[in-house]
Amino acid sequence: MNVAAPQSTALRWIYGGYMLAFFLYLAAPLAAAAMFAFNDSLFPALPWKGFTLDWFFGTTEPKLGMFYDRRLMEGLRNSLYIGVIVSALSVVVGTCNAFLFERKQFPGKSALYVLMIVPLVIPGVILGISILVFASMIANGLEDTFDLEWDFLRPGIFLVVLGQFSFLVTITSLVIAARLRKFDVALEEAALNLGASRLRVLRTVTLPYLAPALFSAFVVAFLVSFENFNTTLMLVGSDAPLTITMYDRMVKVGSTPVLNAVSVFLMIGSGLLALLSVVVQRGKEPKA
Amino acid sequence: MPRSDAGKLSLILLFMPFVLWMALLIVLPQLGVGYLSLREKLGPGKYSFGLANYMDFLHEPVYWNTLLRTAWMSILVTILALIVGFPVAYYIAKIARQRSRAALFLMCLIPLWVSDLVRAFGWIVLLRETGLISGFLQGIGLISGPVELLYNDVTVVVGLVYTVVLFMIVPLVSTLDGMDNSMIEAGYNLGGSRFTVFRRIVVPYAMPGIVAGCIIVFMLTAGSYLTPILLGGKNSMWFTEQIYEQFVTRYNWESGATFGVLLLAFTSFVVWLGLRLTGQSLASTVAKD
Amino acid sequence: MYDLQCERLTKRFGQHIAVNDVSFDVPRGSFFSILGPSGCGKTTLMRMIAGFETPTGGDIRIKGASVLSTPPNRRSVKMVFQHLALFPMMNVGENIAYGLRCRGENKADIGRKVAAVLERIGLPDVAEKQVSQLSGGQKQRIAIARCMVLEPDVLLLDEPLGALDLKLRERMKIELKLLQNQFNTTFLYITHDQSEALVMSDNVAVMNAGRFEQIGSPQELYNSPRSGFVAGFVGDSNRWQGRAVDVADGEARVALDAGGEVIAMTGDSKVAAGSKVEVFVRPETISLGAGADGNRLSGTVDSLLFNGANSRVLVRTAGGNLVEVGHAVMDGSSPVRPGDQAEISWRREHCLCFGVAG
Repeated sequence: MNVAAPQSTALRWIYGGYMLAFFLYLAAPLAAAAMFAFNDSLFPALPWKGFTLDWFFGTTEPKLGMFYDRRLMEGLRNSLYIGVIVSALSVVVGTCNAFLFERKQFPGKSALYVLMIVPLVIPGVILGISILVFASMIANGLEDTFDLEWDFLRPGIFLVVLGQFSFLVTITSLVIAARLRKFDVALEEAALNLGASRLRVLRTVTLPYLAPALFSAFVVAFLVSFENFNTTLMLVGSDAPLTITMYDRMVKVGSTPVLNAVSVFLMIGSGLLALLSVVVQRGKEPKA
Repeated sequence: MPRSDAGKLSLILLFMPFVLWMALLIVLPQLGVGYLSLREKLGPGKYSFGLANYMDFLHEPVYWNTLLRTAWMSILVTILALIVGFPVAYYIAKIARQRSRAALFLMCLIPLWVSDLVRAFGWIVLLRETGLISGFLQGIGLISGPVELLYNDVTVVVGLVYTVVLFMIVPLVSTLDGMDNSMIEAGYNLGGSRFTVFRRIVVPYAMPGIVAGCIIVFMLTAGSYLTPILLGGKNSMWFTEQIYEQFVTRYNWESGATFGVLLLAFTSFVVWLGLRLTGQSLASTVAKD
Repeated sequence: MYDLQCERLTKRFGQHIAVNDVSFDVPRGSFFSILGPSGCGKTTLMRMIAGFETPTGGDIRIKGASVLSTPPNRRSVKMVFQHLALFPMMNVGENIAYGLRCRGENKADIGRKVAAVLERIGLPDVAEKQVSQLSGGQKQRIAIARCMVLEPDVLLLDEPLGALDLKLRERMKIELKLLQNQFNTTFLYITHDQSEALVMSDNVAVMNAGRFEQIGSPQELYNSPRSGFVAGFVGDSNRWQGRAVDVADGEARVALDAGGEVIAMTGDSKVAAGSKVEVFVRPETISLGAGADGNRLSGTVDSLLFNGANSRVLVRTAGGNLVEVGHAVMDGSSPVRPGDQAEISWRREHCLCFGVAG
């Protein structure tokens, strides 16, 4: 008997009904957006005019499919490029932070730990404008005093990467630190005792243990980077990632079902990646 | 002794990325924004320092009202997210069977992985004049013509709750998961009613998770951009929109910086107030994993 | 010759002294145990020998050479950890091969040595298995094999039998002793379980609050304890408070606080006329009924405790003390019942007293 659950059958049904309603609520907008990706109509609206895959693969105007829409594909490419770079950087720095906070002692540790959490709490827009302002100050300063034109400090991919990196590191640090905390230090001592050098211990014992968390952290960082809007919006230059491109299209041109097609693509892609990370995390779990 | 030197060296090496990240990407940029907010443009290349920008803000009722509106709507969204999300988190953590637990949790996370943009887009498709709900209501004869469900406050709140409720559920599930059922059993055994047990045992235990969830949800909502704008239309009056406008449309960076500082200060104040009222601290809630 | 020598080893953590001026020598090829309650400092001592803690003072010598400046991954003392610390991300063969690979041996040699050591511990076919597929006893042996394949000078074992259940523990005690004989390596074994120490060891050191109270063979510790702590910690013992009335020739007449008088052998030099003492008598040396000479007390049978060969009769003496009397056969054939009047007696050689501070 589960003590935590409601005892009367009526309450249990109501509770179950509530959960069902909640998941419908979660799914509704996604299903709606997905549905119109397959509608053979020029507008993502009723009436339903038949099933089509043209919005994905169509090659002629006005029904130009997503995969043939040059600007959307460019946006996708930029998103992937930025995502991989920023995730890799975040995992590396996140690992350093995890070791720093889990293994080392130094004054002010708890205060610095809170500081590490802060980037998650600051609104994305503010993270964006702060880096924009700071980079511009440096760029202007360099230009005025040394006549150096460091273009990469102007809005563009470099700043977007920095902006996303600033809060993704917190996420990766937390994920990796959680796993590191569960590590039995006796394993490292045993390896040392058997004659391994410290570097070897890291390579053969600690990092293999952390591997699932490193992978998870990478996937989470990638997904969050891919779908990020607020911070990216303030820092974007001429090479826009997919979310910005979609937003531009929506606001300036009005929505065509192509955007629904992109939504379906994003849903499937993110779903697969998230599933992959969960499976890997569970698969590599040592059954101690 | 060679070993403690190696220890010190590794400490410094590990410390470097952290320090660089914090200093260059968080601390200094925030200071930069603060600095910029104190600057007033008098002419090309001429600046004066002072609180002029803040004065402008206070004297312009539109800005002040927008900030207040953003704040109280965010609080409303936070409360709603808590009310909607708590039963879900409780179900997943306590009631669902072991195997379904992971699946349910994953299902909850799916909307999270899809961008803010796609979610807002989905709501538009559902709620606008030519959208699904309007069409459905017409189809079953409840209304005679298409109805515009977008562009009002209720829709914005519903959309925001949708976006953030998952950030409320995740810390709640994590906290409730650690709760031993025998505490609840002991509560009943000692004579408590269902309500008493809930109020005096479950809720206090879950408090760190509740507070963590509320802080995250509140800051997310206040800092939201897409959902209020797309679902609220021209009359959305959300503060982040003002910031964007100042920076991009008007290219008035000083003003934009001022708004940024104000948003951060105001939301931090609300968070601090909330923490004080419930007797928690940032370290004990958000930082706990 | 001595494989391991510790000289005046001390370890201080701030104000707290965990290991206080400990010295001992472990002869080559012997089984040496350090026995003590939790918190007595034995784990710290072991970690210092392995190199994970630096001593505040003193020296550690392995085969005559000091190892204080050698880092832990270069000392030839290998350690079996309390929870075994088998690497979960490697299979059994890779676990055992780990130390050999660190040393840089070539593949063929490694394969051969791993197979040989698995043969010796009696598990020839498990090299490909995952650690999680093994039973508790098998994991024990793999942990030992992982160390033994490196042919260490000394093997350290940190309470390895703690996680096993009783029957398995009894079997492992015998197996460990056999393994030690077979490999002929010096074993240094720490435990809080005195039956482990007594069964397996050639020599035992009893440790209390950072100091060694006594070092000796199991028989010496059991029969001739040199302090009240050792007398009470090793084996079971009745323990009574009293005052020495007079002392002569290594014997003392003790007036028990609870009434009655006994003659006891003096265990240490702190026993003097008038001093407070503790008297120790082992249950198996007491018998029911009046003995010819020796100590004698009278009382009533309080209860019978059945425990197989360790069965006891509890007798409450006139003064109020509850005495445990060894009564190995309790099958109803001997007519003892609660409430009966009883005389208990024992020889004075089996009765020890030690001075008590304060």
